[in-house]
Amino acid sequence: MNAYLFAPELVLLAGCLLAFCMTLTEARTQTLRLLVLCVGAAFAATSVSCLFAKGTLFYGAYRVDLFSQMVKSVMSVGFTLMLLFGADTKGISVRMRPEYYFFLLTSLLGLTLLSSSVELITLFIALELSSYSLYLLVPMRTPSDSMRAPMEAAIKYLLFGVTASGIMLFGMSWIFGIAGSTYLEQILPAMRTALAQPTGLNAAALVGLVMMLCGMFFKLAVFPFHFWAPDVYQGASNDTTAFIASMPKIVAVAVLARFCALAFPDEGHMAMLLTGLSIASMCYGNLTALVQTDVKRMLGFSGIAHAGYILMGMATLQGWGIATSLYYATGYLFMMLAAFLVLCVVSTEGQNLSIKDLNGLSRRSPLLAFVLGVSMFALAGIPPFVGFMGKFMLLTGAWRAGHTALVIIAAINTAIGIYYYLQVVRAVYTEPAPENAQGIVPHAGARLAGICLVGLVLALGMAPESMIRMATEAVLAAW
Amino acid sequence: MDFLSMNTLGYPILSILVFLPLAGAVIVPLLPGENSVRIWTLFVTLTNAVVSLPLFTRFNATSAQYQFAEHHPWIESLNVNYTLGVDGISLLLVMMTTLIMPLCVLGSWKYIQTRVKEFMICLLVMETSMLGVFMALDLVLFYVLWEAMLIPMYLLIAVWGGPRKGYASIKFFLYTLAGSVFLLVAIVALYINQGTFSIPALMGQQYSERFQLLVFLAFFIAFAIKVPMFPFHTWLPAAHVEAPTAGSVILASVLLKMGTYGFLRFCLPITPGAAIGLLPALQWLSVAGIIYGGLTALAQQDMKKLIAYSSVGHMGFVTLGIFALNQRGLEGALLQMINHGVTTGALFLCVGMVYERSHSRELSDAAGLGKFMPIYVTYLTFFSLSSLAFPGTNSFVGEFLILAGAFFNNKIVAVCAVPGAILAAAYMLRMLQRVIWGGTNNPDQSRMYDLGWREAVTLAPLLVFVFWIGLAPEPFLRVMRPSLDHLLAQTGYHAQSALALAELVAR
Repeated sequence: MNAYLFAPELVLLAGCLLAFCMTLTEARTQTLRLLVLCVGAAFAATSVSCLFAKGTLFYGAYRVDLFSQMVKSVMSVGFTLMLLFGADTKGISVRMRPEYYFFLLTSLLGLTLLSSSVELITLFIALELSSYSLYLLVPMRTPSDSMRAPMEAAIKYLLFGVTASGIMLFGMSWIFGIAGSTYLEQILPAMRTALAQPTGLNAAALVGLVMMLCGMFFKLAVFPFHFWAPDVYQGASNDTTAFIASMPKIVAVAVLARFCALAFPDEGHMAMLLTGLSIASMCYGNLTALVQTDVKRMLGFSGIAHAGYILMGMATLQGWGIATSLYYATGYLFMMLAAFLVLCVVSTEGQNLSIKDLNGLSRRSPLLAFVLGVSMFALAGIPPFVGFMGKFMLLTGAWRAGHTALVIIAAINTAIGIYYYLQVVRAVYTEPAPENAQGIVPHAGARLAGICLVGLVLALGMAPESMIRMATEAVLAAW
Repeated sequence: MDFLSMNTLGYPILSILVFLPLAGAVIVPLLPGENSVRIWTLFVTLTNAVVSLPLFTRFNATSAQYQFAEHHPWIESLNVNYTLGVDGISLLLVMMTTLIMPLCVLGSWKYIQTRVKEFMICLLVMETSMLGVFMALDLVLFYVLWEAMLIPMYLLIAVWGGPRKGYASIKFFLYTLAGSVFLLVAIVALYINQGTFSIPALMGQQYSERFQLLVFLAFFIAFAIKVPMFPFHTWLPAAHVEAPTAGSVILASVLLKMGTYGFLRFCLPITPGAAIGLLPALQWLSVAGIIYGGLTALAQQDMKKLIAYSSVGHMGFVTLGIFALNQRGLEGALLQMINHGVTTGALFLCVGMVYERSHSRELSDAAGLGKFMPIYVTYLTFFSLSSLAFPGTNSFVGEFLILAGAFFNNKIVAVCAVPGAILAAAYMLRMLQRVIWGGTNNPDQSRMYDLGWREAVTLAPLLVFVFWIGLAPEPFLRVMRPSLDHLLAQTGYHAQSALALAELVAR
């Protein structure tokens, strides 16, 4: 085995073991943080340095290519920044912190494995590894009277997740029945033959494929697989939500991209399904987000809308369209992290924040207000930030593929979305701060992470060319 | 790329103009103290104004090409380029923007006392995006700058605005953004149709009638909201009244012009068939705006609201000139865009000066100022006369050309627009009469001291332009003529497709 190909995973695995050892000792929080941060940084460094690695491992079940390495790099950078700003992990009791970090790392390991898996069983195991860790992370939050019980969110998450996994597994069994193999490489030609046949076989192949996609729809929180999202966002601690809201999304996009390759030469059914889900997600997410008062819950609903935007690229079923989805998901990860950075730092007790709690933030901390403002404008799709460029590319791709109605609905949805993002900006910049409110001085890590995230959101939006080109290459390599 | 005449100046003047304010904004957070921030911003905007001078002096007024052009690839996979250029249509707008910005800084010198740094950063970012909008020759670049401008403008109203700033700023943002979404759809549609975002390359192409109609309507909604044309104007009074002085000046002088600029740059040359087919409706909408703006201005007690509503009327004249679609009308419209920027900008500055002193904009509170502020009322008189298109002032030339053009195209429309000029005289003279000679009821007259040198200097350049354009408009008309001729040629070429479209609409 070529260790170079597996280096990021090995680093992460070592990190997991280390964190596991920490759970056995009475580690001080400070040491723990430093250690996990080192693991994150090492993971980021190896992922980025292995960006152009190529090869297969484990008898072809695990493929390292530009596609997977790109996803890993984005995720590792995001994760490190998240560790930087979330240094306090206020929502988690001190006793639980070693476990918290352990499960965070195993979940990340699962996601990392998922992005490279090209074999159904490997894929499923990786998915479950990441999911089960998350199911455990959610109820770790120290409960308080003012919030929805974390346990309720966790159970909702678990039940929906397990159901989605079940459906996915069922779909996989159909695909296996048709193709006689669990390797995507061998499924691909078999699916092509099956889909081209006029008999019932093509319907079976399509049904199997759709069921298989359900698992990823769940991760991405696409309507109607979204029910967990707002509750989990609200119920989990701020740091956990930052993780759930960003990392699994980009991996879900990556896996969806791989699955979409299986959909040829289907005559429009798949595109129609994806278009329908995209429209439903956008409309439902945006309209429900309008009335939310809890910021995390609002971001949860807006996440459903963003999943709809991402599906727009998938619905094209073309390399370029899917590359734009990947680009958008990358941007979304950084925009979300920027928003959660502010939430994590502002909530001094680790409590949930309502939009009102952000009143006058610009007077309490100009930097945090700026970061939040940038992330909200970016999420709303205002140039020059990545949210705009991403949406613009998605719209162009969708129109190119002939989905004119989808483009117009998405454009209208963008306009609706502005309203609730603007509510946050308004609270931050125009409302007076509460009288007893004190200034907030973000710690050095948060300041650094904030500046990095704003820089990334701006740079990706202003100079998208290299990222888009890499994403296109990556998608073509994966197909 | 034959429509681009490459830059012969030896330095990329347009990029410098666009990015100098942004570079200045980056320095602002490092400066100590509020006064140094003010001086620095003034310095940056003044430098930009000086840098823009060669545009006017070195502009080749016999050519309809885009001059001083710059062209660099930006997003190659989408064929998006960073293309800048200035022609006769955009030249004066660029010049006006660089002129107005230092005056805005001067006008906010004492008015803005809180968060001066952030305020000045917003002004500088605004300047970058506004100049970029007028220079961009690539639709994506245009759209990015067009939208990016919303953020600083939103903050200007939302943070430094009046008591109802929250409401006004959100209304402004949502309205203009809702329009922009249609603009984006039109841009994508054009790209799919032609495979390019280059604005000059998209002009004069053959598009099907239905496609033209849809693209035109999408463009139209975006630009009509920005102008604002009746009945899309409702965001404007709220935004104007709540914005700080500099915000109002920028809104009136530059932002509204972007809408009419959009008509000239996109609607007419790219979708001429649809524009010609819908001409009567567009003309009547303009007339409605003129009359409605005049009548509502007549009823206002708040000076800022009065001027805001008068803007609706004045911009109605501009759109009337554009949609007269002949040379007189277009010349008048473009000139009137500049005139409105100069005159209304000055009037908003005047209102701001009174507000700084008395913290009221009510006409009744400003009554009788003639006694205490002779220099001020002299300025106010000249600008008011300009606003009501008094012969010898700039607006007279503009409105005259517009009405002449409108007469040539459609006599009934022109006759219906004339009362707008009378209404303007009515509300402006009413305001003047109250402010200068009205019985004073201001209890604390000691505060109503006359203009200081800073304020006098702020208004002086605008007064110069009022009379320069009013008495000798030729240098200004000269530079725009070839481009407008070219524009007319492009639209006339499509008369045939316009007829077909008229049939389509009738059906």
